[in-house]
Amino acid sequence: MKLKIDVMVDLYRTMKTIREFEERIVDLYARGLVPGLAHLYIGEEAVAAGVCATLAQDDYITSTHRGHGHVIAKGAELKRMMAELFGKKTGYCKGKGGSMHIADMEAGILGANGIAGGGLPIATGAGWSAKWRKTQQVTGCFFGDDASNNGTFHESLNLASIHKLPVVYVCENNLYGISVCQAKHMPISDISIRATAYDIPGVTVDGNDVIEVYQAAFKAVERARAGEGPTLIECKTYRWRGHHEGDPNQGGRYRAKDEIESWKEKCPIARLAGKMIQNKQITEKGLQDIDDQVVRAIEEAVAFAKQSEFPDLDEMYEDVLVN
Amino acid sequence: MREITYCEALNEALRESMRTDERVVILGEDVGCYGGIFQITKGLQDEFGPDRVVDTPIAEAGFVGAGVGAALTGMRPVVEIMFIDFTTVCMDMIINQMAKMRYMFGGKGKVPMVLRVNIGAGRGTAAQHSQSFHSLFMHIPGLLVAVPATAYDAKGLLMEAIQNDNPVIFVEHKRLYNTKGDVPEESYTIPFGQAEIKRAGTDVTVVATHALVTEALKAAEEAAEKGIEVEVVDLRTLVPLDRKTILDSVKKTGRLLVADEDNITCGVASEVSALVAEEAVYALKAPILRNASPDTPVPFSPPLEKAYMFGQERLMQSIRNLMKY
Repeated sequence: MKLKIDVMVDLYRTMKTIREFEERIVDLYARGLVPGLAHLYIGEEAVAAGVCATLAQDDYITSTHRGHGHVIAKGAELKRMMAELFGKKTGYCKGKGGSMHIADMEAGILGANGIAGGGLPIATGAGWSAKWRKTQQVTGCFFGDDASNNGTFHESLNLASIHKLPVVYVCENNLYGISVCQAKHMPISDISIRATAYDIPGVTVDGNDVIEVYQAAFKAVERARAGEGPTLIECKTYRWRGHHEGDPNQGGRYRAKDEIESWKEKCPIARLAGKMIQNKQITEKGLQDIDDQVVRAIEEAVAFAKQSEFPDLDEMYEDVLVN
Repeated sequence: MREITYCEALNEALRESMRTDERVVILGEDVGCYGGIFQITKGLQDEFGPDRVVDTPIAEAGFVGAGVGAALTGMRPVVEIMFIDFTTVCMDMIINQMAKMRYMFGGKGKVPMVLRVNIGAGRGTAAQHSQSFHSLFMHIPGLLVAVPATAYDAKGLLMEAIQNDNPVIFVEHKRLYNTKGDVPEESYTIPFGQAEIKRAGTDVTVVATHALVTEALKAAEEAAEKGIEVEVVDLRTLVPLDRKTILDSVKKTGRLLVADEDNITCGVASEVSALVAEEAVYALKAPILRNASPDTPVPFSPPLEKAYMFGQERLMQSIRNLMKY
């Protein structure tokens, strides 16, 4: 399957937006403007961009603690995201959720999730819901390599396979569960082989090649929409920064410098840009224009977040229950 | 009015809800042709089919979490956990997901889901099938908690739970399943947060839940023979808690006994006691008493289990002690 140029341009724009957003968070976090925890997605942009580009507006996703990329790719507004990270009342969650809980029901974002493996059953239920309601909606479920060791992974894929639920399970294998490398937390190298246990397709793709991710996701989404059931896609990728901002030496306690540098050479954004230039699908000027637009959008988001108010203290008591 | 069992009343609530609202689906272990371990879902799969009454694998985190995802996207799932004891294997889905989503998401999205569980010792099933830790859910913001004590309430509260837009922990009681009561054939709901005064009295207030409501009524009957007028308040829901009915009653009687089957430490009885101590202490003529389960796991051996449990006799003793003041 050959991708149309406008699809590729959109993939580039999405990845670039995620990268700029996250790089801006590095600075804002260091300056104390973004409180709490920030788990950055730099280096893994191709996974979110490639998968979400195959989903429709009313399709769903569940995300993770490292969720900024997923929600940007699914169509979240940068201003409301940034305001949420600042803890402001104009944020997606009125400042009550923060980085790990951004949700937008209109965009089909059923929430980032602070619990590793927590999103898997929820995605399964969203898929079940689409089947019960007889819609064509598909759910994309993001989770990490170490979450696939959690019981929720097994319980969810088992359920989804039995009932042929329209869910695409996307394992972002960034090779580490916080500080523990994959070889120490599971006995296999390709997580996709776990699909065999559920009698569903399992594929491993280069998670730093957005086109490969897109193609695999496209096929899985088609299968899900056709009522044929779930797919497990493993995307091998790497986070350039630490587990969270503040992780000493960007994860240097448990990762060799050479390893980190070698993955930076596989930058998914540079790879797509290089390919498009080489194939004369876009000019350097064309890319620069997109980059400029992205930077402006991030600037506007930061300005919006800065200008926004913190929630009134009484708001603490609101939204616990539906009245 | 016709009499049916608590179990049949629950079944009827599910059936009527499924007939009127196609968003209602049932998930749980053995809820299909088997009818659920306590027969609450008996016959429902025959009427509504295996897609709406789903036998799940023994994978509580998976199917409770699926209920959360389905509720968040427009369904109204009723999920059965075979015993409250088994909620421990899916506590993340209950406490971190089901209860928290609306708040974490800033009031966007809702989780209209009912999680049916049951409590109660007395069946010789020891420490992992007999617990009564329903107070735990009262402690978690974001959940409603219903505790029906009669067949009438079982139907009305379950129908309300299913129609409510919030997640509800619906706590049934094993020893009540076969008790009978008057239940209207037509559909009805009982609003949450309204305790019921089951018997009016002027000397002692007994705030009770579940099977202890009946025991309290029996004790009240016995006390009346001795000239002690006991008021029995059935909480019906723990969240919302009908504080007004509790406080009004205590202000009238000046004496409070709280009877609940959870372990005594940090239970329903503790919470009701604290409420009264904070807001009506000057109305009290006697110390507050709690009748609750001891702080031990439920023992297996029949004489031990019998000693663990309590009812009319112990309540009566507490009522007599309160009347010493």
